[in-house]
Amino acid sequence: MPAADAKAARSKWFKKLYSQRHIQIMALLGVLWMIIFNYVPMYGVIIAFKEFNIVKSISEAPWVGFMHFKEFFQDESFVDVMKNTLGISLIKLAIGFPLPIIFALFLNEVRSVGFKKAIQTISYLPHFLSWVILGGILATWLSDVGIINNVLLALNFIDEPISYLAEPSYFWSIIITSDIWKELGWSAIIYLAAIASVSPELYEAATIDGAGRFQKMWYVTLPSIKATISILFILAVSGVLNSNFDQILVLRNSLNESASNVIDIYVYQTGMQQGRYSYSTAVGLFKSLIALILLLIANRVTKKMNDTSLF
Amino acid sequence: MFNIKRKTKGEAFFDIFNNFGMLLICFATLYPIWYVLVNAFNEGQDGMRGGIYWWPRVFSIESFDAVFQSSGIMTAMGITVAKTLLGTVLHVFFTAMVAYAFSRKGLIGGKIYILFGTVTLFFGGGLIPTYLLMRDLHLLDNFMVYIIPAMFSFFDLIIFMTFFRDIPDGLEEAAKIDGANDWSIFVRVILPVSMPVIATIALFHGVYQWNDYFAGVIYMNNMDMQPIQTYLYRIVAQSSSSQMLAAIPGGIGKSVTTQSIKLATMVVTTLPIVIAYPFLQKYFVKGMMIGSIKG
Repeated sequence: MPAADAKAARSKWFKKLYSQRHIQIMALLGVLWMIIFNYVPMYGVIIAFKEFNIVKSISEAPWVGFMHFKEFFQDESFVDVMKNTLGISLIKLAIGFPLPIIFALFLNEVRSVGFKKAIQTISYLPHFLSWVILGGILATWLSDVGIINNVLLALNFIDEPISYLAEPSYFWSIIITSDIWKELGWSAIIYLAAIASVSPELYEAATIDGAGRFQKMWYVTLPSIKATISILFILAVSGVLNSNFDQILVLRNSLNESASNVIDIYVYQTGMQQGRYSYSTAVGLFKSLIALILLLIANRVTKKMNDTSLF
Repeated sequence: MFNIKRKTKGEAFFDIFNNFGMLLICFATLYPIWYVLVNAFNEGQDGMRGGIYWWPRVFSIESFDAVFQSSGIMTAMGITVAKTLLGTVLHVFFTAMVAYAFSRKGLIGGKIYILFGTVTLFFGGGLIPTYLLMRDLHLLDNFMVYIIPAMFSFFDLIIFMTFFRDIPDGLEEAAKIDGANDWSIFVRVILPVSMPVIATIALFHGVYQWNDYFAGVIYMNNMDMQPIQTYLYRIVAQSSSSQMLAAIPGGIGKSVTTQSIKLATMVVTTLPIVIAYPFLQKYFVKGMMIGSIKG
């Protein structure tokens, strides 16, 4: 009697479900939260292909296809926005990614345990300051009577104070330097952990073979943490386009706009300040596409270099 | 150390050079913060002349007085404290609860739930669709906009799950035999043994809540519900001196300038983090480890 079997199985399944009803409620609360706060906005992305206005609902808005994307490609800001987005992100990656690794390698060579701990503690600190506070610190440092101008004037390098934040030509350097200053110590934590788990026997063998310190770093430490580096590189690439927003929003102004207008800022301006909801969403979606391409490239590159990849 | 051999000249030179480099990095990290601190404790008018590097030239706490007397700044501080406390407690409890449920063996639909969550790590709606959602949920200009949208994170859930899977099954079994149901097992058995991971997530989320200014910028028009970071953002980034002036009872005095108030506000805003920081250090390092093992 297969029907009876099925019935028995079903009632068994229901029994099991009933026995875990509390757990199911907990799990479904989480699922419900994700539906509302993650999946509803994902559905909302379709307004990029519609002419959405605030009065009607999303489903009532007429479809317009790729009109908003074309509009963005033809917009006069397009070139600047793309140049700034990719420029800042890629330079950040090129400089900001290897530096914590180098820092971790050299910190690992510090012999005194107490001194090492103190350096670590100090170097994480800026990570916990908000970009608003850092914006304030930078504004103070770079102001006309700030320390940078004072020192340069005293040394006769310049004749009159420079307003750094009002000059587009300085903007990228300010962004990249301040980001490195903030995150150097924090990013090094994972590498230090990875270095700490390298087997001491490898170092002893290397010592017996007559390897010096730099040779040990190069031939023992780096290969041992290659997998960690690869994974973090992929993660860094996938997040690189999103990492600038809080920072740039604080430091941008109308005078440095030609260097500070990146996609995220442009999305914020066109969407929140000008109310062009559909257009702004289309631009944001275009950014996700670039991020995806970058991620695939990074994954391919690390796969080629060694056998670690995310997928 | 197995290294009985005396250090060579090159080795010794390297050590000196390396330690010196590290000291330089420490200095470069701390000095910018110190510079703001000494300028905040300097009398405002005098500070305008610049040139204060190591120690206040004319020591004064008037700017701090003005900050503590400003109802605008103090309200913003109160909002920040409230959102950090409530937001962190809810985030930790809710995320841990869902993580506990997802990590149970034999959960019907468990695999699907986890897949459902993994998608959210890679795809999101972006700024405008999220804003429209908040509008439709009537969260605009509502204090809960700081709390509810931040009360769950799938990334944190993964860290919790990693930890929960290492808890021996015997603990739950024993409680089950005593007739406890799943709710009370979670609250009375699981949470108490999970303090390290709870502390880590609480710390991360607490810092996020304390430092976040953007939610206040886009979802809050009501000035009385701005967190301090948003308040500062309006002053620092938008140079809204009018808001600054409005915040100071009786206007700007002789010895207090907008700049010195700004510095004092920055110090007051950052102080709680700097004070709490040494005590919490061991947790976040541990937490990074849990996270990285998963990674």
